[in-house]
Amino acid sequence: MSASDLLSRGPEVIGIGLQRFVDDLQSQGITASSVDWRPPATRDPAVLQAAATLSSGAIAELVNKANEEALSRMLSADPVLVNVNLAAELIEGLGEHKILHAGPPIEWTDMCGPMQGAICGAIVLEGWAKNLDDARALAGSGKITFEPNHHHSAVGPMTGIVTQSMPLMVVENKTFGNLAYCAINEGLGKVMRFGGNDDSVLDRLRWLESTMGPLLADSLLAVDGIGLKNIIARGLSMGDEMHQRNVACTSLVLRELAATMARVSEPDAASEALEFIAGNDQFFLNIAMAMGKAIMDPVRDIGGSSIVTAMARNGTEFGIRVSGCGDQWFTAPVEMPRGLYFPGYSEKDANPDMGDSTIVETIGLGGFAMAAAPAVAGFVGAGNASDAAAYTSRMAEITHTRNPEWTIPALDFAGVPSGIDVRKVVSSGIPPTINTGIAHREPGIGQVGAGVVNAPMACFEQACLALSERLAAS
Amino acid sequence: MSVLLNEVRKGFYLDSVALMRLSAELSALSGIEEAVLMIGTPSNLQIMRDADILDSAGEEAGPNDLVIAIRADRKASTNRALAHAEKAMKGNSAAGKATEHRARTLRGSHASNPDANLTLISTPGEYAGIEANSALDLGLNVMIFSDNVPLERELELKQRARDLDLLVMGPDCGTAYINGVPLAFANAVNKGSTGVIAASGTGLQEFSVLLHRAGGGIKHGIGVGGRDLSDSIGGISTLSAIDLLANDDEVEQIVLISKPPGEATAKAIFDKLAACGKPVIACVFGLSASQIPDGISCTQTLREAAELTHRQSANAADPTETNTTPDLHNLASELTIPTGAQSLVGLYTGGTLCTEALLILGRAGLSCSSNTSKEGLDSTAQYQLIDLGADEYTVGRPHPMIEPAVRTPLLQQAVNDKNVAVILLDLVLGFGAHEDPAAEVVSALTAAEANKPLVVASVCGTDKDPQDYQRQRAALEAAGVIVCNSNSEAAELCALILEPR
Repeated sequence: MSASDLLSRGPEVIGIGLQRFVDDLQSQGITASSVDWRPPATRDPAVLQAAATLSSGAIAELVNKANEEALSRMLSADPVLVNVNLAAELIEGLGEHKILHAGPPIEWTDMCGPMQGAICGAIVLEGWAKNLDDARALAGSGKITFEPNHHHSAVGPMTGIVTQSMPLMVVENKTFGNLAYCAINEGLGKVMRFGGNDDSVLDRLRWLESTMGPLLADSLLAVDGIGLKNIIARGLSMGDEMHQRNVACTSLVLRELAATMARVSEPDAASEALEFIAGNDQFFLNIAMAMGKAIMDPVRDIGGSSIVTAMARNGTEFGIRVSGCGDQWFTAPVEMPRGLYFPGYSEKDANPDMGDSTIVETIGLGGFAMAAAPAVAGFVGAGNASDAAAYTSRMAEITHTRNPEWTIPALDFAGVPSGIDVRKVVSSGIPPTINTGIAHREPGIGQVGAGVVNAPMACFEQACLALSERLAAS
Repeated sequence: MSVLLNEVRKGFYLDSVALMRLSAELSALSGIEEAVLMIGTPSNLQIMRDADILDSAGEEAGPNDLVIAIRADRKASTNRALAHAEKAMKGNSAAGKATEHRARTLRGSHASNPDANLTLISTPGEYAGIEANSALDLGLNVMIFSDNVPLERELELKQRARDLDLLVMGPDCGTAYINGVPLAFANAVNKGSTGVIAASGTGLQEFSVLLHRAGGGIKHGIGVGGRDLSDSIGGISTLSAIDLLANDDEVEQIVLISKPPGEATAKAIFDKLAACGKPVIACVFGLSASQIPDGISCTQTLREAAELTHRQSANAADPTETNTTPDLHNLASELTIPTGAQSLVGLYTGGTLCTEALLILGRAGLSCSSNTSKEGLDSTAQYQLIDLGADEYTVGRPHPMIEPAVRTPLLQQAVNDKNVAVILLDLVLGFGAHEDPAAEVVSALTAAEANKPLVVASVCGTDKDPQDYQRQRAALEAAGVIVCNSNSEAAELCALILEPR
């Protein structure tokens, strides 16, 4: 809008600051709106300077160009669910006494209760210890190596524990040829992802390994994989946001698989497997997560890019990775989720935020696609559809663009906000909003609620500082 | 001893999130220990059994039934909670008003207002530059009302805007008109054929008001900020504004209102104005006609500028026009000042109006001390003009045009000062200004004793302003204030009153 357009058309105004100026214009019938402005969240001059440096002049051009590349890689991804295989077969070096976990790197002593509980269960499952007590002693002995899933093309919900004998779903990004992995969702109730580790939990994991995994693998090979881009597009129009609500996508996958599964397996096994999928609205979450990882891995390490490539929590710390800073983690203490609790539980039972599932928000789903899933908005605030839309609009203020293929009917088919830009997070003071399940703080009890949580601003501030230092040095 | 109530609604389904929300709502009611609403699936019943909130009634629920389980301190509380649940489940009570989403960032707001062409920034100065930069990124013109924007930042913004073919008005731009629309502190005036470039907010307001009252009108009033014409900025916005006004066919004449420009800048500006192809009138305070090139009409006061503008405009070539300027000499001769009193106190809310008065009184031989001058205010001087909008009076409180209460104690003090012969005031009306500045003045005057000083005032406002010019004027006159038609007349009258007779 050039200056001469302003003079010939007259002012159409966006006000930042005093509301009365905007009110005065509106009272005269002039189109005017106002920004809900507030000073930047951080007062640290170094951080503000870094965000300003990254947003102005030649450096901004460099960053913008790198971000265009990042987004073009994100949006051209073609994720397909292709296979299920044992973790040991898929992940190099994953063998005896090695355990992968959710979030950024963490030591045993710093882990929260559910994470430790899940690890003890996994050690018993693998037969490295006879019982949970021995497992705990072994875990703390230094003989177990702990590494983040994210370092091995994998992601896991909540505790996200992965060991060699667990079956992992494989999503291939056909455009770039990379693979990403995630375990099969165990269902609700007492499960390892919430720190559960009793016999019922371990028995289910054994059944997943012996029956469910191979059956899914056979079916996927027979259907030549399931393209996920379309499933997501349809799921968004059916009220899923793919983090807290996956009922539509789970049904769509079930539909894709059912006939083939019935054909390639024994009727009893097929029935059991289909019943397992049908009985778990969140079955698709783990597929969406592997998809997110498959989409974001090719976006890592684009020089200068300020786009977030991963957000993950280990129950103690929240970590993000930013494309222009390669595989460096920027971490800060996790926040407590706000939300609704199951009968008998309250905030005081809640574990701090946990899991790799935030990869879903990283690609523009979950909290970013809240407008698609008004049913989920009830977890926070009044729960109106307009509240849900507001979440998505807010996230559009910190992202690079909107995804043209993943659209939301209720927003007049606007795409989901995609490509979190650390500069925009810092300068606007708007943290990414994450939809999440809430685990009990004691291991073995399971999920006690669901809600939303903010990504800590400190992660994004550190990333801004690091990125501007890198660019200044280059 | 707590009470447990289970009620089963047969064949009633609600989404689990809705039920969890309602459960939380019920649990928050007084006397309620726990409230759970769940559909009676086997797994849900097990959860409720584990939570020890299921009784024999609840146990009967099937997978298509809703179980309402409430544990409370006494029966009355459970009943109240149950009634609350039933009301909520009628389906119409939960429907709230849709909350309107207001973006937190300019970028977010622009996304939903893609046709916007101007950002009006009034944040604290330290953030204004950042917001102005993002406005330019988005291709938006900028009006920066905020002050305290560093000079180097202003230069950077204006250079960028020039390259982008955008306009930056300000920083410290209090007033503007674009296509007849008043922005920020501005009066409601008729739209007309005059284009103004102003380095001063109240200067533009007074000029527009006087032109309006004379029958003319404003097409554009482009505010450029007080520093634009300094040599450090080089008049970047002023030069852009000249081009814009010269190219607007509806603009018939161009008026420049400013303080004296920097030396190098003055040449660039006046050369460009002289060659713009339209009549140009300049009201540059502190610059005499000889310092302005031929071809540009020079005026000493805003009133003269407005009158000349109106006379020159095509539709005002009316020979029957009568001079409505009252005979100030006559008026002055009829007024008596308190015996022995000789001093003048001017208490201004508009900075440029204060400067204009200072120059007029100076030309009449009354050398005034003022905080707007380089020398600063000498509080022992006989003639004093104070700009109450200056930083030293506005720290930690609103500008006196918004909240004139800052003037009240000084006015009371002057009224009761036996040495004060005349008090000179301005009242600024219009959008953004205080809703009733006359009341503030009148309240200070009624406390005065007999044999009080003369109070001379002007009201910068129009009949279309929200405060209503005539009503403000009448209120002042009823309190004994001598109200002049313009600030310059008020200053001239003061000079005549104080002139040795």
